[in-house]
Amino acid sequence: MFGEKYDVIVVGGGHAGAEAAAAAANMGSKTLLVTMNLQNIGQMSCNPAMGGIAKGQIVREIDALGGYSGIVSDKSAIQFKMLNKSKGPAMWSPRTQNDRMLFAEEWRLMLEGTPNVDFYQEMVSGLLVENGKIAGVKTSLGIEIKSKSVILTNGTFLNGLIHIGEKQFGGGRAGEKAATGITEQLVELGFESGRMKTGTPPRVDGRSLDYSKMSVQPGDAQPEKFSYTNTQVLQHQRDCHMTHTSALVHDLLREGFDRSPMFNGRIKSLGPRYCPSIEDKINRFADKDSHQMFVEPEGWKTVEVYVNGFSTSLPEDVQFKALRSVVGFENVKFFRPGYAIEYDYFPPTQLRHTLETKLVENLYFAGQINGTTGYEEAASQGLMAGINAHLKNNEQSPLILKRDEAYIGVLIDDLITKGTEEPYRMFTSRAEYRTLLRQDNADLRLTPLSYAIGLADEDRMKRMEEKLNKSEALVNFFKETSVLPKDINPILKEVDSAPVKQSDKMYKPFSRPNVTMDHMKTLPIVSDYITTHNLDNEVLEQAEIQIKYSGYIAKEKVNADKLHRLEAVKIPDNFDYTKLKSLSFEAREKLSKIKPVTISQASRISGVTPSDISVLLVFLGR
Amino acid sequence: MIQNDTIIALATPSGAGAIAVIRISGPEAIAIASEHFESVSGKKLSNQKSHTIHLGYIKEGANTLDQVLVSIFKNPHSYTGEDVIEISCHGSSYIQQQIIQLFLRNGCRTATPGEFTLRAFLNGKMDLSQAEAVADLISSDNAASHQIAVQQMRGGFSNEIKVLRSELLNFASLIELELDFSEEDVEFADRTQFKELLKRIQKVLQGLIDSFAVGNVIKNGIPVAIVGEPNVGKSTLLNAFLNEERALVSDIAGTTRDTIEDEISIGGIGFRFIDTAGIRETQDIVEGMGIKRTFEKIEQAQVILLLVDGPQLVSGNQKLRNTVLDFEKLKNKNPQKPLLLLINKADMLSKDDRLQINQHLENVHFISAKRGIGVDELRHSLLNFVNTGALRNNETIVTNTRHYNSLLKALEEIEKVQFSMKENISSDLMAIDIKEALYHLGEITGQVTNDELLGNIFANFCIGK
Repeated sequence: MFGEKYDVIVVGGGHAGAEAAAAAANMGSKTLLVTMNLQNIGQMSCNPAMGGIAKGQIVREIDALGGYSGIVSDKSAIQFKMLNKSKGPAMWSPRTQNDRMLFAEEWRLMLEGTPNVDFYQEMVSGLLVENGKIAGVKTSLGIEIKSKSVILTNGTFLNGLIHIGEKQFGGGRAGEKAATGITEQLVELGFESGRMKTGTPPRVDGRSLDYSKMSVQPGDAQPEKFSYTNTQVLQHQRDCHMTHTSALVHDLLREGFDRSPMFNGRIKSLGPRYCPSIEDKINRFADKDSHQMFVEPEGWKTVEVYVNGFSTSLPEDVQFKALRSVVGFENVKFFRPGYAIEYDYFPPTQLRHTLETKLVENLYFAGQINGTTGYEEAASQGLMAGINAHLKNNEQSPLILKRDEAYIGVLIDDLITKGTEEPYRMFTSRAEYRTLLRQDNADLRLTPLSYAIGLADEDRMKRMEEKLNKSEALVNFFKETSVLPKDINPILKEVDSAPVKQSDKMYKPFSRPNVTMDHMKTLPIVSDYITTHNLDNEVLEQAEIQIKYSGYIAKEKVNADKLHRLEAVKIPDNFDYTKLKSLSFEAREKLSKIKPVTISQASRISGVTPSDISVLLVFLGR
Repeated sequence: MIQNDTIIALATPSGAGAIAVIRISGPEAIAIASEHFESVSGKKLSNQKSHTIHLGYIKEGANTLDQVLVSIFKNPHSYTGEDVIEISCHGSSYIQQQIIQLFLRNGCRTATPGEFTLRAFLNGKMDLSQAEAVADLISSDNAASHQIAVQQMRGGFSNEIKVLRSELLNFASLIELELDFSEEDVEFADRTQFKELLKRIQKVLQGLIDSFAVGNVIKNGIPVAIVGEPNVGKSTLLNAFLNEERALVSDIAGTTRDTIEDEISIGGIGFRFIDTAGIRETQDIVEGMGIKRTFEKIEQAQVILLLVDGPQLVSGNQKLRNTVLDFEKLKNKNPQKPLLLLINKADMLSKDDRLQINQHLENVHFISAKRGIGVDELRHSLLNFVNTGALRNNETIVTNTRHYNSLLKALEEIEKVQFSMKENISSDLMAIDIKEALYHLGEITGQVTNDELLGNIFANFCIGK
């Protein structure tokens, strides 16, 4: 059935798998996507939303690199919000609520429309490994499919175990089978594996809710979008709603604690601290007698509703009883209860920066198998694994994003260098140079890199260049054009800023706090320029940020450049740390395991001290 | 931190010596040095070949700081592999500091300990055996250099900064948390407490920065101004202290046209004697400038010695009256400073002369600089000023220029954060300034987090190595 050899086989069709397959295929690799159920490609297993703080920036980066997540999100969005608009531009974070079914459908259609992608539905139960090199996969039916590389994106499916109260059963997602065989084989090959836990809230019937008792959470009045391509902006949107728990709800939940797998010791693995279950929240923040809950529609048409903030693995009867005490949920009907799931992951320190495993050549891991959580984190890893699998097969240099280039760079470097004990989620504070990694400039940062390796197309590149040129010209226009006191002072007065006495270049008053592009646009000379040069909002926003935050941006660039100096001190691949007796025992062990590529990376490994680094520098001898 | 900027440090041990070597390294080293160096040959430094030595003057504007030898090493053929300038100057701490401060004001940054070596290593200038020697240095000197650092930071200065820094770090994390969870219901950083913390930090930093002046006094010697009319024997007195012919001495009034300084140790305390041109009113422009500088020097001095010519003093009433006026003037202008009236050439005075002087002036010291009479007693008097506590205090003082610079930068960032709070600037932007402040405070305490670590790699080296 599979006579020919594939370039890349992707195991799994979630966010990571779908991006991996699309990237490899778009670059020209003959690609096969194998998944247990082809109906479930591009599933949103948890909340029906994409983006958010730090995550929205990642979606923009994926899009700028030529991935599909941004486009699929735009096409299936039912609400758009730019979070943190009141803060600095590094914090502006796009987020969409999505139609879950439409999202999956768009993904499936995007992949079907991508040349070079073949599909096959079956469980992969083993890997073909020859002399430490991957050779393909083996399915549960015993079929062997050959390939040059394999990308594993198994999500929560590897020995997945679902917990609801005291009940537990094998499964990768509600209603889906777990995958077996792969973990066992990898451990046999020398991989270290671990268990992680995550959870999801109940889904309920929207017709049973009383929205009049909740507060409305509408989308932005002027919605934007993720993709830098010509996807459409939402014309109308669906509202979310907000309610909250109460002391009564907490008491009812506590009644079930003795039957909670979290508390009775049944679940030993670590869950994400920052996406806690409701029982976790009650336990850890005992003094708070109310927590927010967001009620999110699952789509345009469906009545199904996602109860954000109520993730739980308590017995279903406890969930139900407690939820009925929440304001607006008095008559709630369940579609399905919330649950917790435990699954196998492989500590990501076993990977290279390309996401290729150190143990088996041409085998790549992406997504939750690496201990991450979140669609965006998974999708970006899939994209990078797909890109690098293709590049390696074609003997081209890898694409490794730096920490000051992309959140994706921070994500992968953190995973590879530090590993993770709990599900890893991206935060803006994980990035040292947050101000450089904005959602508005992901295309400027990344599209040229992707274009150079043949993934981002000509059209994308042209769009980026036009935006760059136009925004630079606009910045110069503000720097070179003067404005009279009588024209600018009314604006300054409006924002409580001291008036100017002499005419000055426009960028000066523009740089003052609270003066915005909208203010500047009221000046005829500015609005004329915008009309004449046909400038869109993206260009205006870019110029505004470049003018208003130039000091901060410059400062972070200087700091980022410092980092590059030690990035340049490379450590040879085969460097033998065991011989360096002057290294601390812990450092020797960690360095041998993680095999950092540069001194800079070595210094980021926990347990490696400054004196270890100096010893290392010295013995490298250059 | 490894940077692309131009760094400067003293390469020879700190303190007085015959000569001192100041090392500058970085892309701007030659340009900056060229700007402030006037070659005797008239050649511009920036046009000179690598590995050449040039005699000339370090100038700040029209003002000559010192006559020096400048060596040029162009990259990559230098110790660090970058452009390097080495200035051999005269060895007084004062001159060293003047030159270093001049370059710090003009584009250089104080090198962190070991930074020259780190740069050398990063630029591939060191081979394995050299590097191993360096490694020995790191391991053997660890405790010692730590102790030196601790000694430099007297009276819990390091601990105080450490505590404030960790409080600031704590707030920084709260602010980060707040940013990343701005959509969720988490506790926020208390702005009132934060403002209060910033205020405390600002106060401590300002205090430490102010103490640098005092610290410098102890490190570089207590400045003592010798004031007097021309030809009363100021230079001779200086020579009596020094026992060597360093100041220019002649019988022509006004020979010493500029201030000359020298440091001698009396009872283990460094005194920096500043021989000044006299304070006589003059038409001579050059000498007039000297007089202006004399008053500036008196300003900076901690102790003032007013030196008068004994025989001249008793030669007429006018002279005596003038001296009384001068004495009062100096005393009124510098009420806090110990002031000694020295009657020189006392060997040429009769008993009656001395009585006459004592009638008009109190607390006078009769000396003969030339014959060394009364010089020992004078030394004791000077020590007494120290021992009576006029210059001693138990407050924390900063003596290290590198710490001083870090304190200045930290304060600047803290003030930016305060400004941002006042202007309601978004906390993600404020976080950039907080991080920078943490970095500079960490430079002082040697605490290591993230990228601070990189700069710390070679921190156990002596500065300038």
